[in-house]
Amino acid sequence: MHELAITVIGPDRTGIVADVAEALAGVGANLTDSTMTRLRGHFTMTLVCTGPTAEEASAALTSLTGLVTSVRSVEPEDEVKTGGEPYVVSVHGADRLGIVAAVTRVVAGAGGNITDLSTRLAGSLYVLLAEVDLPTGSADELAEQLAVAAAELGVEVTLRRAESEIL
Amino acid sequence: MTASVTWDGPEGTVRPVVTAPATVLSTIGDEVDPADPAIVQLAADLVATMRVAPGCVGLAAPQVGVGAQIFAVDVTGHPKAATTHGTFVLCNAKVIEASRWKAGREGCMSVPDLTGDVKRAGRVVVSAMLPGSGETIEMTTDAFEARALQHEIDHCDGKLFLDRVAGAHAIYQRKVYL
Repeated sequence: MHELAITVIGPDRTGIVADVAEALAGVGANLTDSTMTRLRGHFTMTLVCTGPTAEEASAALTSLTGLVTSVRSVEPEDEVKTGGEPYVVSVHGADRLGIVAAVTRVVAGAGGNITDLSTRLAGSLYVLLAEVDLPTGSADELAEQLAVAAAELGVEVTLRRAESEIL
Repeated sequence: MTASVTWDGPEGTVRPVVTAPATVLSTIGDEVDPADPAIVQLAADLVATMRVAPGCVGLAAPQVGVGAQIFAVDVTGHPKAATTHGTFVLCNAKVIEASRWKAGREGCMSVPDLTGDVKRAGRVVVSAMLPGSGETIEMTTDAFEARALQHEIDHCDGKLFLDRVAGAHAIYQRKVYL
């Protein structure tokens, strides 16, 4: 089974997701995981699908005008079970160069694996939210390191447990 | 603690837990006759199945493949619980008052790979019938027990937490397996 990783980027308008999904369904592509958002007004979508070859999927997407698409064949991967503890990192403050680089380097240095990330610039306010899997017992030390990095950047940072209750 | 609601029925049998997608999980459960011996046995089976599942604090009939409005709850000892009523089983339960709405991330035994951010009332009054006696009761509770009751009542109404997730980016791959 071919597994394809596809990205679609372009100016936002109504109906892009429907157009992309329809074009892919037309060549027998079964969408699995996908995410879509708007980044400063740009439509951006990343998805994984199975079924057609990369060439067939590319051909189906070229008919969509105004969108930049990329299709590449990838090896199916198992969801990595880190066995770590889920945390959320929040950062906010005045925008400046290097916030994401500095914060995520600290997280990586602690062995934290970022599993979801969003950043937004709203006026002069910069906001970063990251879901992180941390090695068991490493949170307190990481919180201290993040506080040091945040002080140097002049931003606020919090690290909190992403508790989920199984019912 | 209201002693009268505490489950005090027969020993039950552990039943297999159904996972989504399964039609029974998305079907409104039938109202039940709480005095029916078959319902009392189902109540016992729900309690037995809940007790053997690690970390399980509630189980509704649709989760064992039965489309009926009955569920078991026991949040005793949970760190987020405030008011607790021990182990109990409710039939034909309805939320009649809900307040103190609060978002929280929750998961479900029937959706084992995902969690999602869901807003639930932090205080509820629930009207229900007790299996066996058929007595109609009103239960007032809060915090984690209130969340559990709303989750289980949703199951009896053919709803999963997925039907209430706060937004497109508010579901997550579940990372910790109990």
